[in-house]
Amino acid sequence: MSKNYNYAFLDEGSKREIRRATLKAVAIPGYQVPFGSRELPIGRGWGTGGIQLTLSLIGPGDVLKVIDQGSDESVNAVNIKKFVGLCTDIETTTETPEATLIQSRHRIPEIPLKNGQILIFQVPLPEPLRIVEAREEVTKKMHAEKDYAPLWLQLYESLIRYKKVTLASEYPCLVEGRYMMNPSPIPRFDNPKLHKAECLYLFGAGREKKIYAVPPYTDVVSLAFDDVPFEIESFGGKHCRLCGSTDTYLDEVFDQQSGKRFHQCSDTSYCRKLSSQKAQNRE
Amino acid sequence: MYLNETPVLSIRDLTVRYGKGCSACSGRADNRDKNRCIACGTVWATDGISLDVYPGEVLGIVGESGSGKTTLMRALYFDFVPSFGSAVLRDYEDGQKNIWEASSAAQRMIKNTVMGMVYQNPVLGLRMNYSAASNIAEKIIAAGSRNAGQMTGRAMELLDAVEISTSRMSEAPKNFSGGMQQRVQISKALANNPALLLLDEVTTGLDLSVQAKVLDLIRKIKALYGISILLVSHDLAVIRMLADRTIVMLDGAIIESGLTDQILEDPQQAYTQQLVHSLI
Repeated sequence: MSKNYNYAFLDEGSKREIRRATLKAVAIPGYQVPFGSRELPIGRGWGTGGIQLTLSLIGPGDVLKVIDQGSDESVNAVNIKKFVGLCTDIETTTETPEATLIQSRHRIPEIPLKNGQILIFQVPLPEPLRIVEAREEVTKKMHAEKDYAPLWLQLYESLIRYKKVTLASEYPCLVEGRYMMNPSPIPRFDNPKLHKAECLYLFGAGREKKIYAVPPYTDVVSLAFDDVPFEIESFGGKHCRLCGSTDTYLDEVFDQQSGKRFHQCSDTSYCRKLSSQKAQNRE
Repeated sequence: MYLNETPVLSIRDLTVRYGKGCSACSGRADNRDKNRCIACGTVWATDGISLDVYPGEVLGIVGESGSGKTTLMRALYFDFVPSFGSAVLRDYEDGQKNIWEASSAAQRMIKNTVMGMVYQNPVLGLRMNYSAASNIAEKIIAAGSRNAGQMTGRAMELLDAVEISTSRMSEAPKNFSGGMQQRVQISKALANNPALLLLDEVTTGLDLSVQAKVLDLIRKIKALYGISILLVSHDLAVIRMLADRTIVMLDGAIIESGLTDQILEDPQQAYTQQLVHSLI
Protein backbone atom coordinates (compact mmCIF):
# COMPACT_ATOMS: atom_id res chain seq x y z
CA MET A 1 0.00 0.00 0.00
CA SER A 2 1.40 3.38 -1.00
CA LYS A 3 1.78 5.76 1.93
CA ASN A 4 1.43 8.78 -0.36
CA TYR A 5 -2.31 8.37 -0.66
CA ASN A 6 -5.19 8.23 1.77
CA TYR A 7 -6.62 4.74 2.27
CA ALA A 8 -8.64 3.92 -0.86
CA PHE A 9 -7.35 7.04 -2.63
CA LEU A 10 -10.30 9.37 -1.92
CA ASP A 11 -10.31 11.55 1.20
CA GLU A 12 -12.59 10.45 4.01
CA GLY A 13 -15.08 13.28 3.45
CA SER A 14 -15.57 12.34 -0.19
CA LYS A 15 -16.03 8.69 0.65
CA ARG A 16 -18.60 9.59 3.28
CA GLU A 17 -20.53 11.74 0.78
CA ILE A 18 -20.57 8.90 -1.74
CA ARG A 19 -21.74 6.44 0.93
CA ARG A 20 -24.49 8.83 1.97
CA ALA A 21 -25.71 9.03 -1.64
CA THR A 22 -25.49 5.22 -1.79
CA LEU A 23 -27.65 4.87 1.33
CA LYS A 24 -30.25 7.12 -0.19
CA ALA A 25 -30.12 5.08 -3.40
CA VAL A 26 -30.67 1.87 -1.44
CA ALA A 27 -33.58 3.49 0.39
CA ILE A 28 -35.27 4.47 -2.90
CA PRO A 29 -34.70 1.52 -5.24
CA GLY A 30 -34.10 2.55 -8.83
CA TYR A 31 -34.00 6.27 -8.11
CA GLN A 32 -30.97 8.12 -9.43
CA VAL A 33 -29.26 10.01 -6.61
CA PRO A 34 -26.95 12.83 -7.67
CA PHE A 35 -23.49 12.89 -6.11
CA GLY A 36 -20.34 14.97 -6.43
CA SER A 37 -18.30 12.83 -8.80
CA ARG A 38 -14.61 13.15 -7.77
CA GLU A 39 -11.56 13.52 -9.94
CA LEU A 40 -9.68 10.26 -10.37
CA PRO A 41 -6.44 9.37 -12.13
CA ILE A 42 -8.54 8.18 -15.09
CA GLY A 43 -10.94 10.15 -17.25
CA ARG A 44 -14.66 10.26 -16.62
CA GLY A 45 -16.50 7.84 -18.79
CA TRP A 46 -13.94 5.11 -18.12
CA GLY A 47 -15.64 3.53 -15.15
CA THR A 48 -15.14 6.30 -12.61
CA GLY A 49 -18.63 5.89 -11.15
CA GLY A 50 -17.98 2.25 -10.37
CA ILE A 51 -14.48 2.97 -9.06
CA GLN A 52 -15.75 5.67 -6.71
CA LEU A 53 -18.38 3.30 -5.32
CA THR A 54 -15.72 0.61 -4.85
CA LEU A 55 -13.32 3.03 -3.16
CA SER A 56 -15.99 4.42 -0.86
CA LEU A 57 -17.06 0.95 0.29
CA ILE A 58 -13.83 -0.99 0.45
CA GLY A 59 -12.18 -1.73 3.79
CA PRO A 60 -9.86 -4.22 5.47
CA GLY A 61 -11.16 -7.76 5.03
CA ASP A 62 -12.82 -7.11 1.67
CA VAL A 63 -12.00 -9.25 -1.34
CA LEU A 64 -12.27 -7.52 -4.70
CA LYS A 65 -13.02 -8.92 -8.13
CA VAL A 66 -13.11 -6.72 -11.19
CA ILE A 67 -14.56 -7.83 -14.51
CA ASP A 68 -14.86 -6.12 -17.86
CA GLN A 69 -17.46 -7.61 -20.24
CA GLY A 70 -17.23 -10.80 -18.19
CA SER A 71 -13.46 -11.01 -18.37
CA ASP A 72 -11.11 -10.81 -15.38
CA GLU A 73 -8.05 -10.34 -17.57
CA SER A 74 -8.96 -7.37 -19.74
CA VAL A 75 -6.70 -4.31 -19.51
CA ASN A 76 -9.36 -2.24 -17.76
CA ALA A 77 -10.14 -4.86 -15.13
CA VAL A 78 -6.48 -5.56 -14.41
CA ASN A 79 -5.60 -1.88 -14.06
CA ILE A 80 -8.54 -1.07 -11.80
CA LYS A 81 -7.56 -4.00 -9.59
CA LYS A 82 -3.96 -2.76 -9.53
CA PHE A 83 -5.06 0.77 -8.69
CA VAL A 84 -7.26 -0.30 -5.80
CA GLY A 85 -4.52 -2.62 -4.58
CA LEU A 86 -2.04 0.26 -4.62
CA CYS A 87 -3.99 2.38 -2.17
CA THR A 88 -5.47 -0.36 0.04
CA ASP A 89 -4.22 -3.68 1.37
CA ILE A 90 -7.15 -5.77 0.25
CA GLU A 91 -6.97 -9.08 -1.56
CA THR A 92 -8.16 -9.51 -5.10
CA THR A 93 -9.65 -12.60 -6.66
CA THR A 94 -11.11 -13.91 -9.88
CA GLU A 95 -13.45 -16.37 -8.14
CA THR A 96 -16.97 -14.99 -7.96
CA PRO A 97 -18.04 -16.75 -4.73
CA GLU A 98 -14.93 -15.52 -2.86
CA ALA A 99 -15.40 -11.82 -3.58
CA THR A 100 -17.21 -9.43 -1.25
CA LEU A 101 -17.09 -6.59 -3.77
CA ILE A 102 -17.35 -7.13 -7.50
CA GLN A 103 -16.92 -4.23 -9.85
CA SER A 104 -18.29 -5.01 -13.27
CA ARG A 105 -18.59 -3.49 -16.67
CA HIS A 106 -21.60 -4.73 -18.63
CA ARG A 107 -22.05 -8.22 -17.16
CA ILE A 108 -23.46 -10.03 -14.12
CA PRO A 109 -21.43 -13.18 -13.29
CA GLU A 110 -22.95 -16.55 -14.15
CA ILE A 111 -22.68 -17.89 -10.59
CA PRO A 112 -25.60 -16.42 -8.60
CA LEU A 113 -24.44 -13.85 -6.06
CA LYS A 114 -25.10 -14.41 -2.38
CA ASN A 115 -26.11 -12.39 0.62
CA GLY A 116 -23.19 -10.22 1.70
CA GLN A 117 -21.84 -9.65 -1.79
CA ILE A 118 -22.10 -6.31 -3.58
CA LEU A 119 -22.02 -5.98 -7.35
CA ILE A 120 -20.97 -2.53 -8.55
CA PHE A 121 -21.75 -1.54 -12.11
CA GLN A 122 -19.98 1.07 -14.19
CA VAL A 123 -22.73 3.00 -15.92
CA PRO A 124 -22.24 5.21 -18.96
CA LEU A 125 -25.81 6.55 -19.26
CA PRO A 126 -27.93 6.16 -16.12
CA GLU A 127 -31.09 7.73 -17.56
CA PRO A 128 -33.40 5.15 -19.19
CA LEU A 129 -35.54 7.95 -20.62
CA ARG A 130 -32.63 9.64 -22.39
CA ILE A 131 -33.33 7.81 -25.65
CA VAL A 132 -36.79 9.36 -25.79
CA GLU A 133 -36.15 12.74 -24.14
CA ALA A 134 -32.94 14.78 -24.31
CA ARG A 135 -33.67 17.27 -21.52
CA GLU A 136 -32.78 16.31 -17.93
CA GLU A 137 -35.38 18.80 -16.67
CA VAL A 138 -38.10 16.87 -18.50
CA THR A 139 -36.91 13.36 -17.64
CA LYS A 140 -36.88 14.28 -13.94
CA LYS A 141 -40.52 15.34 -14.21
CA MET A 142 -41.37 12.17 -16.11
CA HIS A 143 -39.89 10.07 -13.29
CA ALA A 144 -41.71 12.15 -10.69
CA GLU A 145 -45.02 11.58 -12.47
CA LYS A 146 -44.18 7.98 -13.41
CA ASP A 147 -44.76 8.90 -17.03
CA TYR A 148 -43.05 6.05 -18.83
CA ALA A 149 -45.35 5.92 -21.86
CA PRO A 150 -42.62 7.01 -24.32
CA LEU A 151 -40.52 3.97 -23.39
CA TRP A 152 -43.46 1.67 -23.99
CA LEU A 153 -43.95 3.42 -27.29
CA GLN A 154 -40.33 2.77 -28.21
CA LEU A 155 -40.91 -0.91 -27.47
CA TYR A 156 -44.12 -0.96 -29.53
CA GLU A 157 -42.37 0.77 -32.43
CA SER A 158 -39.76 -1.96 -32.61
CA LEU A 159 -42.53 -4.59 -32.58
CA ILE A 160 -44.32 -2.82 -35.44
CA ARG A 161 -41.20 -2.28 -37.51
CA TYR A 162 -39.24 -5.45 -36.91
CA LYS A 163 -41.87 -7.78 -35.41
CA LYS A 164 -39.64 -8.25 -32.35
CA VAL A 165 -37.99 -6.28 -29.59
CA THR A 166 -34.66 -5.11 -30.91
CA LEU A 167 -33.12 -3.78 -27.70
CA ALA A 168 -30.13 -5.99 -26.94
CA SER A 169 -28.68 -4.24 -23.92
CA GLU A 170 -29.66 -1.41 -21.57
CA TYR A 171 -33.08 -3.03 -21.54
CA PRO A 172 -35.19 -0.84 -19.21
CA CYS A 173 -36.81 -2.38 -16.16
CA LEU A 174 -39.22 -1.19 -13.51
CA VAL A 175 -37.85 -1.38 -9.99
CA GLU A 176 -40.21 -2.20 -7.13
CA GLY A 177 -43.16 -0.99 -9.21
CA ARG A 178 -41.99 2.61 -9.13
CA TYR A 179 -38.86 3.81 -10.95
CA MET A 180 -37.84 2.87 -14.46
CA MET A 181 -34.16 1.97 -14.42
CA ASN A 182 -31.42 1.52 -16.94
CA PRO A 183 -29.62 -1.66 -15.83
CA SER A 184 -26.44 -0.32 -17.54
CA PRO A 185 -25.37 -2.00 -20.78
CA ILE A 186 -25.68 -5.55 -19.48
CA PRO A 187 -27.11 -7.91 -22.11
CA ARG A 188 -30.83 -8.63 -21.86
CA PHE A 189 -29.67 -12.08 -20.78
CA ASP A 190 -28.65 -10.69 -17.37
CA ASN A 191 -31.82 -8.71 -16.62
CA PRO A 192 -33.61 -11.58 -14.81
CA LYS A 193 -30.64 -11.86 -12.42
CA LEU A 194 -31.56 -8.46 -10.99
CA HIS A 195 -34.97 -9.66 -9.86
CA LYS A 196 -35.24 -10.71 -6.20
CA ALA A 197 -31.51 -11.27 -5.93
CA GLU A 198 -29.74 -12.06 -2.67
CA CYS A 199 -26.98 -9.49 -3.20
CA LEU A 200 -26.93 -5.71 -3.37
CA TYR A 201 -26.54 -4.11 -6.79
CA LEU A 202 -25.06 -0.63 -6.97
CA PHE A 203 -24.80 1.47 -10.10
CA GLY A 204 -22.36 4.36 -10.42
CA ALA A 205 -22.20 6.85 -13.29
CA GLY A 206 -19.13 9.05 -12.83
CA ARG A 207 -19.57 11.29 -15.83
CA GLU A 208 -23.30 11.76 -15.25
CA LYS A 209 -22.78 12.03 -11.46
CA LYS A 210 -25.53 9.61 -10.45
CA ILE A 211 -25.74 6.63 -8.12
CA TYR A 212 -28.63 4.18 -7.99
CA ALA A 213 -29.26 0.81 -6.44
CA VAL A 214 -31.25 -2.41 -6.43
CA PRO A 215 -31.34 -3.73 -2.85
CA PRO A 216 -31.67 -7.48 -2.16
CA TYR A 217 -35.07 -9.08 -2.80
CA THR A 218 -36.32 -6.19 -4.89
CA ASP A 219 -38.78 -6.65 -7.75
CA VAL A 220 -37.11 -5.83 -11.04
CA VAL A 221 -39.43 -6.31 -14.00
CA SER A 222 -38.17 -5.92 -17.54
CA LEU A 223 -40.42 -3.85 -19.79
CA ALA A 224 -42.75 -6.10 -21.81
CA PHE A 225 -46.27 -6.05 -23.19
CA ASP A 226 -48.83 -8.43 -21.70
CA ASP A 227 -49.05 -10.44 -24.91
CA VAL A 228 -45.36 -10.22 -25.92
CA PRO A 229 -43.36 -11.66 -23.03
CA PHE A 230 -39.82 -10.55 -22.25
CA GLU A 231 -37.26 -12.91 -23.74
CA ILE A 232 -33.56 -13.28 -23.18
CA GLU A 233 -31.14 -13.92 -26.02
CA SER A 234 -31.07 -17.49 -27.25
CA PHE A 235 -27.95 -18.94 -28.76
CA GLY A 236 -29.76 -21.53 -30.81
CA GLY A 237 -28.04 -24.60 -29.38
CA LYS A 238 -24.52 -23.14 -29.66
CA HIS A 239 -22.10 -24.05 -26.91
CA CYS A 240 -18.88 -22.72 -25.46
CA ARG A 241 -15.88 -24.14 -27.28
CA LEU A 242 -13.87 -24.30 -24.06
CA CYS A 243 -16.27 -25.61 -21.40
CA GLY A 244 -19.19 -26.77 -23.52
CA SER A 245 -21.80 -24.70 -21.62
CA THR A 246 -25.07 -24.02 -23.37
CA ASP A 247 -26.76 -22.01 -20.61
CA THR A 248 -24.32 -19.09 -20.35
CA TYR A 249 -23.96 -15.84 -22.26
CA LEU A 250 -21.73 -16.57 -25.23
CA ASP A 251 -19.41 -14.24 -27.12
CA GLU A 252 -18.89 -14.81 -30.79
CA VAL A 253 -15.21 -14.92 -31.67
CA PHE A 254 -13.88 -14.68 -35.20
CA ASP A 255 -10.54 -16.22 -36.03
CA GLN A 256 -8.98 -14.25 -38.88
CA GLN A 257 -6.43 -16.90 -39.79
CA SER A 258 -8.80 -19.80 -40.15
CA GLY A 259 -11.83 -17.62 -41.00
CA LYS A 260 -13.88 -19.61 -38.51
CA ARG A 261 -16.46 -18.35 -36.07
CA PHE A 262 -16.89 -19.93 -32.70
CA HIS A 263 -18.52 -19.18 -29.38
CA GLN A 264 -17.17 -19.01 -25.88
CA CYS A 265 -18.41 -17.96 -22.43
CA SER A 266 -18.23 -14.28 -21.75
CA ASP A 267 -17.71 -15.00 -18.03
CA THR A 268 -14.09 -16.21 -18.17
CA SER A 269 -13.84 -17.14 -14.50
CA TYR A 270 -16.90 -19.38 -14.67
CA CYS A 271 -15.70 -20.95 -17.90
CA ARG A 272 -12.24 -21.71 -16.53
CA LYS A 273 -13.67 -23.31 -13.41
CA LEU A 274 -16.05 -25.49 -15.36
CA SER A 275 -13.33 -26.58 -17.82
CA SER A 276 -10.97 -27.55 -15.02
CA GLN A 277 -13.73 -29.48 -13.25
CA LYS A 278 -14.42 -31.36 -16.46
CA ALA A 279 -10.73 -32.08 -16.92
CA GLN A 280 -10.57 -33.44 -13.35
CA ASN A 281 -13.60 -35.64 -13.93
CA ARG A 282 -11.93 -37.10 -17.01
CA GLU A 283 -8.83 -37.99 -14.98
CA MET B 1 -80.23 18.53 -28.11
CA TYR B 2 -82.23 19.29 -25.01
CA LEU B 3 -81.57 22.07 -22.60
CA ASN B 4 -81.35 19.72 -19.64
CA GLU B 5 -78.43 17.86 -21.15
CA THR B 6 -75.12 18.02 -19.32
CA PRO B 7 -72.52 19.77 -21.44
CA VAL B 8 -69.41 17.76 -22.30
CA LEU B 9 -67.38 20.88 -21.70
CA SER B 10 -68.23 24.09 -19.89
CA ILE B 11 -65.89 27.03 -19.86
CA ARG B 12 -66.59 29.96 -17.58
CA ASP B 13 -64.92 33.34 -17.72
CA LEU B 14 -61.74 32.17 -19.41
CA THR B 15 -59.28 35.04 -19.33
CA VAL B 16 -55.72 34.97 -20.58
CA ARG B 17 -53.85 38.20 -20.26
CA TYR B 18 -50.25 39.13 -20.84
CA GLY B 19 -49.37 41.92 -18.42
CA LYS B 20 -50.61 42.92 -15.01
CA GLY B 21 -53.80 44.74 -16.01
CA CYS B 22 -54.86 48.04 -14.48
CA SER B 23 -58.01 49.77 -13.27
CA ALA B 24 -58.47 51.25 -16.76
CA CYS B 25 -58.71 47.93 -18.56
CA SER B 26 -59.84 45.30 -16.04
CA GLY B 27 -63.38 44.23 -16.76
CA ARG B 28 -64.03 46.82 -19.48
CA ALA B 29 -63.26 46.90 -23.15
CA ASP B 30 -63.60 50.60 -23.92
CA ASN B 31 -60.09 51.60 -22.87
CA ARG B 32 -58.44 49.23 -25.27
CA ASP B 33 -56.90 49.44 -28.69
CA LYS B 34 -58.18 46.13 -30.07
CA ASN B 35 -57.20 43.87 -27.18
CA ARG B 36 -54.37 45.97 -25.77
CA CYS B 37 -54.91 48.38 -22.87
CA ILE B 38 -54.07 51.98 -23.78
CA ALA B 39 -53.00 52.82 -20.24
CA CYS B 40 -50.88 49.85 -19.13
CA GLY B 41 -50.19 47.91 -22.31
CA THR B 42 -51.66 44.64 -21.04
CA VAL B 43 -52.76 42.33 -23.83
CA TRP B 44 -56.06 40.53 -23.17
CA ALA B 45 -55.71 37.48 -25.41
CA THR B 46 -59.07 36.19 -24.26
CA ASP B 47 -61.34 38.10 -21.92
CA GLY B 48 -64.16 36.42 -20.05
CA ILE B 49 -64.98 33.66 -22.52
CA SER B 50 -67.82 31.36 -21.45
CA LEU B 51 -69.16 28.54 -23.57
CA ASP B 52 -70.73 25.08 -23.41
CA VAL B 53 -70.27 22.16 -25.74
CA TYR B 54 -73.12 19.64 -25.65
CA PRO B 55 -72.90 15.91 -26.42
CA GLY B 56 -72.72 15.14 -30.11
CA GLU B 57 -72.67 18.71 -31.34
CA VAL B 58 -70.11 20.59 -33.36
CA LEU B 59 -69.39 24.02 -31.99
CA GLY B 60 -67.61 26.28 -34.45
CA ILE B 61 -65.43 29.17 -33.38
CA VAL B 62 -64.72 31.71 -36.05
CA GLY B 63 -62.73 34.91 -35.93
CA GLU B 64 -59.80 36.72 -37.47
CA SER B 65 -56.14 36.13 -36.60
CA GLY B 66 -55.41 37.39 -33.11
CA SER B 67 -58.99 37.08 -31.93
CA GLY B 68 -58.06 34.51 -29.29
CA LYS B 69 -59.23 31.29 -30.96
CA THR B 70 -55.94 29.48 -30.65
CA THR B 71 -55.36 30.85 -27.15
CA LEU B 72 -58.63 29.23 -26.17
CA MET B 73 -57.65 25.91 -27.74
CA ARG B 74 -54.16 25.90 -26.25
CA ALA B 75 -55.49 26.71 -22.78
CA LEU B 76 -57.93 23.82 -23.13
CA TYR B 77 -55.11 21.49 -24.10
CA PHE B 78 -53.02 22.64 -21.10
CA ASP B 79 -50.32 24.32 -23.11
CA PHE B 80 -50.46 27.07 -20.48
CA VAL B 81 -52.47 28.04 -17.42
CA PRO B 82 -55.01 30.82 -17.97
CA SER B 83 -55.02 33.95 -15.80
CA PHE B 84 -58.58 33.33 -14.59
CA GLY B 85 -61.51 31.15 -15.35
CA SER B 86 -62.58 27.58 -14.98
CA ALA B 87 -63.44 24.68 -17.25
CA VAL B 88 -65.13 21.44 -16.30
CA LEU B 89 -65.48 18.26 -18.31
CA ARG B 90 -68.40 15.90 -17.90
CA ASP B 91 -66.00 12.96 -17.99
CA TYR B 92 -63.56 14.30 -15.41
CA GLU B 93 -64.62 14.13 -11.74
CA ASP B 94 -68.26 14.36 -12.86
CA GLY B 95 -67.78 17.94 -13.95
CA GLN B 96 -67.07 19.07 -10.40
CA LYS B 97 -63.42 19.97 -10.70
CA ASN B 98 -61.75 22.77 -12.63
CA ILE B 99 -59.40 21.09 -15.07
CA TRP B 100 -56.88 23.94 -14.82
CA GLU B 101 -56.40 23.15 -11.14
CA ALA B 102 -55.81 19.43 -11.72
CA SER B 103 -52.36 17.89 -11.14
CA SER B 104 -50.19 17.52 -14.18
CA ALA B 105 -50.69 13.73 -14.10
CA ALA B 106 -54.48 14.27 -14.12
CA GLN B 107 -54.12 16.80 -16.93
CA ARG B 108 -52.15 14.28 -18.95
CA MET B 109 -54.88 11.72 -18.31
CA ILE B 110 -57.50 14.20 -19.53
CA LYS B 111 -55.47 14.97 -22.65
CA ASN B 112 -55.12 11.30 -23.42
CA THR B 113 -58.55 9.94 -22.61
CA VAL B 114 -61.17 12.67 -22.46
CA MET B 115 -59.97 14.95 -25.25
CA GLY B 116 -58.36 14.54 -28.63
CA MET B 117 -56.53 17.36 -30.38
CA VAL B 118 -55.82 17.87 -34.05
CA TYR B 119 -53.39 20.67 -34.81
CA GLN B 120 -53.16 22.70 -37.96
CA ASN B 121 -49.53 21.64 -38.22
CA PRO B 122 -49.19 17.83 -38.08
CA VAL B 123 -45.64 18.20 -36.73
CA LEU B 124 -47.17 19.33 -33.42
CA GLY B 125 -49.57 16.44 -33.14
CA LEU B 126 -47.58 13.53 -34.53
CA ARG B 127 -44.28 11.84 -33.91
CA MET B 128 -43.04 12.11 -37.46
CA ASN B 129 -40.34 9.45 -37.15
CA TYR B 130 -42.52 6.84 -35.47
CA SER B 131 -44.83 4.65 -37.51
CA ALA B 132 -48.48 5.59 -37.99
CA ALA B 133 -49.50 2.63 -35.82
CA SER B 134 -47.18 3.76 -33.03
CA ASN B 135 -48.65 7.24 -33.17
CA ILE B 136 -52.04 5.77 -32.41
CA ALA B 137 -50.59 3.31 -29.87
CA GLU B 138 -48.98 6.22 -28.01
CA LYS B 139 -52.41 7.37 -26.89
CA ILE B 140 -53.52 3.86 -25.97
CA ILE B 141 -50.35 3.26 -23.96
CA ALA B 142 -50.85 6.56 -22.16
CA ALA B 143 -54.35 5.43 -21.23
CA GLY B 144 -52.84 2.41 -19.49
CA SER B 145 -53.09 -0.49 -21.94
CA ARG B 146 -50.13 -2.86 -22.09
CA ASN B 147 -51.38 -5.21 -24.75
CA ALA B 148 -49.59 -4.83 -28.08
CA GLY B 149 -52.02 -6.95 -30.08
CA GLN B 150 -54.95 -4.88 -28.89
CA MET B 151 -53.13 -1.67 -29.89
CA THR B 152 -52.38 -2.98 -33.35
CA GLY B 153 -56.01 -4.01 -33.75
CA ARG B 154 -57.24 -0.58 -32.73
CA ALA B 155 -54.70 1.15 -34.98
CA MET B 156 -55.86 -0.89 -37.96
CA GLU B 157 -59.49 -0.13 -37.19
CA LEU B 158 -58.84 3.61 -36.94
CA LEU B 159 -56.59 3.85 -39.98
CA ASP B 160 -59.25 2.01 -41.88
CA ALA B 161 -61.82 4.55 -40.66
CA VAL B 162 -59.71 7.44 -41.97
CA GLU B 163 -59.07 5.60 -45.24
CA ILE B 164 -55.38 4.96 -44.86
CA SER B 165 -54.34 1.56 -46.11
CA THR B 166 -53.29 -0.62 -43.19
CA SER B 167 -50.40 -1.86 -45.30
CA ARG B 168 -48.80 1.51 -44.58
CA MET B 169 -49.28 1.40 -40.83
CA SER B 170 -45.65 0.61 -40.10
CA GLU B 171 -44.53 3.59 -42.16
CA ALA B 172 -43.69 6.93 -40.56
CA PRO B 173 -45.99 9.92 -41.21
CA LYS B 174 -43.05 11.92 -42.51
CA ASN B 175 -43.39 9.86 -45.69
CA PHE B 176 -47.08 10.76 -46.01
CA SER B 177 -48.75 13.61 -47.87
CA GLY B 178 -50.20 16.55 -45.92
CA GLY B 179 -53.75 15.26 -46.16
CA MET B 180 -52.71 11.79 -45.02
CA GLN B 181 -50.78 13.24 -42.09
CA GLN B 182 -53.89 15.12 -41.07
CA ARG B 183 -55.92 11.93 -41.26
CA VAL B 184 -53.36 10.08 -39.13
CA GLN B 185 -53.64 12.93 -36.63
CA ILE B 186 -57.40 12.54 -36.56
CA SER B 187 -57.17 8.79 -36.02
CA LYS B 188 -54.64 9.38 -33.23
CA ALA B 189 -56.97 11.86 -31.56
CA LEU B 190 -59.76 9.28 -31.71
CA ALA B 191 -57.68 6.43 -30.25
CA ASN B 192 -59.28 6.36 -26.81
CA ASN B 193 -62.83 7.27 -27.86
CA PRO B 194 -62.63 10.75 -26.37
CA ALA B 195 -65.83 12.62 -25.59
CA LEU B 196 -64.46 15.81 -27.10
CA LEU B 197 -62.41 16.45 -30.20
CA LEU B 198 -60.54 19.74 -30.57
CA LEU B 199 -59.88 20.70 -34.16
CA ASP B 200 -57.60 23.69 -34.66
CA GLU B 201 -57.67 24.89 -38.29
CA VAL B 202 -57.44 21.31 -39.54
CA THR B 203 -57.91 22.09 -43.20
CA THR B 204 -55.84 25.24 -43.44
CA GLY B 205 -52.92 24.68 -45.77
CA LEU B 206 -54.43 21.73 -47.60
CA ASP B 207 -55.49 21.97 -51.21
CA LEU B 208 -59.20 22.11 -51.98
CA SER B 209 -59.83 18.49 -52.93
CA VAL B 210 -57.92 17.23 -49.90
CA GLN B 211 -59.75 19.76 -47.72
CA ALA B 212 -63.03 18.35 -48.92
CA LYS B 213 -61.88 14.81 -48.08
CA VAL B 214 -60.82 15.77 -44.55
CA LEU B 215 -64.08 17.65 -43.95
CA ASP B 216 -66.04 14.71 -45.24
CA LEU B 217 -64.12 12.47 -42.87
CA ILE B 218 -64.89 14.70 -39.89
CA ARG B 219 -68.58 14.53 -40.76
CA LYS B 220 -68.42 10.79 -41.01
CA ILE B 221 -66.65 10.52 -37.67
CA LYS B 222 -69.23 12.70 -36.03
CA ALA B 223 -72.01 10.52 -37.37
CA LEU B 224 -70.21 7.30 -36.51
CA TYR B 225 -68.98 8.03 -33.00
CA GLY B 226 -71.39 10.76 -31.85
CA ILE B 227 -68.41 12.71 -30.60
CA SER B 228 -68.59 16.40 -29.62
CA ILE B 229 -66.31 18.65 -31.60
CA LEU B 230 -64.90 22.07 -30.88
CA LEU B 231 -63.87 23.40 -34.25
CA VAL B 232 -61.74 26.48 -34.67
CA SER B 233 -61.41 28.04 -38.08
CA HIS B 234 -61.07 31.39 -39.76
CA ASP B 235 -62.75 29.88 -42.77
CA LEU B 236 -66.53 30.37 -42.73
CA ALA B 237 -67.01 27.78 -45.46
CA VAL B 238 -65.64 25.10 -43.12
CA ILE B 239 -67.82 26.36 -40.27
CA ARG B 240 -70.89 26.37 -42.52
CA MET B 241 -70.27 22.81 -43.57
CA LEU B 242 -69.62 21.33 -40.13
CA ALA B 243 -70.81 23.42 -37.22
CA ASP B 244 -74.24 23.15 -35.56
CA ARG B 245 -73.67 26.24 -33.48
CA THR B 246 -71.15 29.01 -34.03
CA ILE B 247 -69.38 31.52 -31.86
CA VAL B 248 -67.82 34.62 -33.38
CA MET B 249 -64.77 35.99 -31.62
CA LEU B 250 -63.15 39.39 -31.96
CA ASP B 251 -60.32 40.88 -29.92
CA GLY B 252 -60.44 38.16 -27.28
CA ALA B 253 -64.18 38.27 -26.62
CA ILE B 254 -67.28 36.53 -27.94
CA ILE B 255 -69.29 39.06 -29.93
CA GLU B 256 -71.97 36.83 -31.33
CA SER B 257 -73.20 33.28 -30.92
CA GLY B 258 -76.08 31.21 -32.19
CA LEU B 259 -77.07 28.52 -34.66
CA THR B 260 -74.74 28.49 -37.63
CA ASP B 261 -77.53 29.13 -40.14
CA GLN B 262 -78.78 32.02 -38.07
CA ILE B 263 -75.36 33.64 -37.94
CA LEU B 264 -74.80 33.19 -41.65
CA GLU B 265 -78.28 34.35 -42.70
CA ASP B 266 -78.81 37.15 -40.24
CA PRO B 267 -75.56 38.42 -38.72
CA GLN B 268 -76.13 41.10 -36.08
CA GLN B 269 -72.70 42.54 -35.42
CA ALA B 270 -70.84 44.69 -37.93
CA TYR B 271 -67.81 42.41 -37.84
CA THR B 272 -69.90 39.29 -38.43
CA GLN B 273 -71.69 40.98 -41.31
CA GLN B 274 -68.36 41.82 -42.89
CA LEU B 275 -67.19 38.26 -42.35
CA VAL B 276 -70.31 36.77 -43.92
CA HIS B 277 -70.15 39.14 -46.86
CA SER B 278 -66.59 38.13 -47.57
CA LEU B 279 -67.74 34.54 -47.97
CA ILE B 280 -67.68 33.64 -51.62
